[in-house]
Amino acid sequence: MNLRDPAEEAPRAGLWRDAGRRLRGSRAAMLALAVIVFLVLLALFGPYLNPNHFDTIDWSCIAMPPGLRHAHWWGTDRLGRDLFVRTLQGTRISLAVGVIATTVSLIVGITYGAIAGFVGGRVDQLMMRLIEVLSGLPLIFFVILLTVVFGRSVYLLFMAIGAIGWLTMARIVRGQAMVIRGREFIEAAAAAGAGPGRIIFRHVVPNIIGPVIVYATLTVPQIILFESFLSFLGLGIQEPQASLGTLIASGAAQMQSAPWMLLVPGVILAVLLVCFNVLGDALRDALDPRDA
Amino acid sequence: MLRYFILRLLAAVPTLLAIVTISFFLIHAVPGGPFDQEQTLSTQVTRNLDAEYGLNQPVWVQYTRYLAGLMHGDFGPSFRYQDFSVGELIRQGLPVSMTLGAIAMSLALLAGVGIGIAAALHRQRLLDHAAIALAIAGVAIPSFVLLPALDLFFGVYLRWLPVAGWEPGSPRYFVLPVITLCLPPLAFIARLTRASMIEVMQSGYVRTAFAKGLPLRTIVLRHALRPALVPVVSYLAPAVAMTMTGSLVVEKIAGLPGIGRYLVQGALNRDYTLVLGMVIVYSALLILMGLLVDLTLGALDPRVRLAG
Repeated sequence: MNLRDPAEEAPRAGLWRDAGRRLRGSRAAMLALAVIVFLVLLALFGPYLNPNHFDTIDWSCIAMPPGLRHAHWWGTDRLGRDLFVRTLQGTRISLAVGVIATTVSLIVGITYGAIAGFVGGRVDQLMMRLIEVLSGLPLIFFVILLTVVFGRSVYLLFMAIGAIGWLTMARIVRGQAMVIRGREFIEAAAAAGAGPGRIIFRHVVPNIIGPVIVYATLTVPQIILFESFLSFLGLGIQEPQASLGTLIASGAAQMQSAPWMLLVPGVILAVLLVCFNVLGDALRDALDPRDA
Repeated sequence: MLRYFILRLLAAVPTLLAIVTISFFLIHAVPGGPFDQEQTLSTQVTRNLDAEYGLNQPVWVQYTRYLAGLMHGDFGPSFRYQDFSVGELIRQGLPVSMTLGAIAMSLALLAGVGIGIAAALHRQRLLDHAAIALAIAGVAIPSFVLLPALDLFFGVYLRWLPVAGWEPGSPRYFVLPVITLCLPPLAFIARLTRASMIEVMQSGYVRTAFAKGLPLRTIVLRHALRPALVPVVSYLAPAVAMTMTGSLVVEKIAGLPGIGRYLVQGALNRDYTLVLGMVIVYSALLILMGLLVDLTLGALDPRVRLAG
């Protein structure tokens, strides 16, 4: 007799495998992911493909339209600086800022939400009340004040934005933590002799991490948008550094005579935002088996 | 109801006070003052200016003075717009900003709910896909790209509408800014309405209504819409915050004389009173909006009728 564990026969299933399969099944999500990867690689290595530097001024090519005949593939701005290199440099800064601020908001939000959800009771009520008050405030105005306080240190500023933007994350994690705390499989794991560390890392974290990943994917574009918005208002990245926001701002001022100065960074920003949002939505669908 | 309303209004006072306090000390902690400019003034002049505006006092004397002024409805003088008080600047700019914001929000609500319902009733068809595409576009195309692009197309190439500027009583100047401002909340509202409408249409009592033979129109408008609007109404407070934020950029690009520019300029120029005045106006509007949302939610859904 050749008895085998039926679990080995069945195709291996599980939350992550199912989610991965569903995600790969979504053509839009795969396309968005491919575009994001491409843009990240382009932002990292693209500037080295072009002989120009982001702040060198080419006096012979002031406000040159895009074209492949000359070295300025995406044209130049009105100071003769190469837009291909500047746009990619800006994309790099936008992405870095998005990732940094999202990471900060994740760390703060998960810690806060997990404490509120697991401790519960009075502590939870108090912590949630604080979130309610904070989310009723016009945070943009505090961010504008912070830009003035932190001034030129861009990364410090975005750590501050991330530290402000953790509210939704904390809510999500708290909700998850509260649900999971009362579930039977936690009790079963405890009954089977699992210690608190094993329960947290093997049973709780995997159940929280899904929504966290989804929300993080949707936070990155929000922060990128926010950074561009601040830079557009002249509060974020300062010259000669460029971010997509500053490039769009200077492009908008020249749009009649040189529309490409607006279109090049504008299109990159829009594509980046669309792709992150599509990917985030698809991840949400993939990780939430109820809607499948 | 009235009792609840008054209680909530009273509860807003400490919140506003906390906001004012935090902002006050934050902006005063920033290095630099309102009279530091490229042109250095002589020490005597600076000293006189500081004395005139009370800037030579300790910060917290300034704070109590400022609060005392606020109690009398006085936002103080602007440091940079000489001869103007902050109250006057707000009175001049607020009507423009409010009109712009109110039109944009109403349009976003009406069109968003309409599109959402239409998409939910034609699920997986062309209309639905178009609505989803619109929702993604609304999230992904920032106002500071959209408005210049619209300006370029309708203002520069087609010459249908003015690119920027403002004349009192001329709605032509509002068209492009309103479209830009309403798109993000419109897209989000359409998405919320679609999702909740699909859910409500699958519920038992809607099936009963179909079984009774009611026409679709009656079912949607009389039975399904009310519960489906709950998430939309909850979203209105963040939507107003989003519109305020968008308004900063849109007013700047379109050259509208609203209050949006004062906040950024004020913060850059250390115009303490102007920044604080802006923060107070925006916070008060937002708190009021939150209150209206809660009242509307109570009216829409008996389960959240307010205790108190």
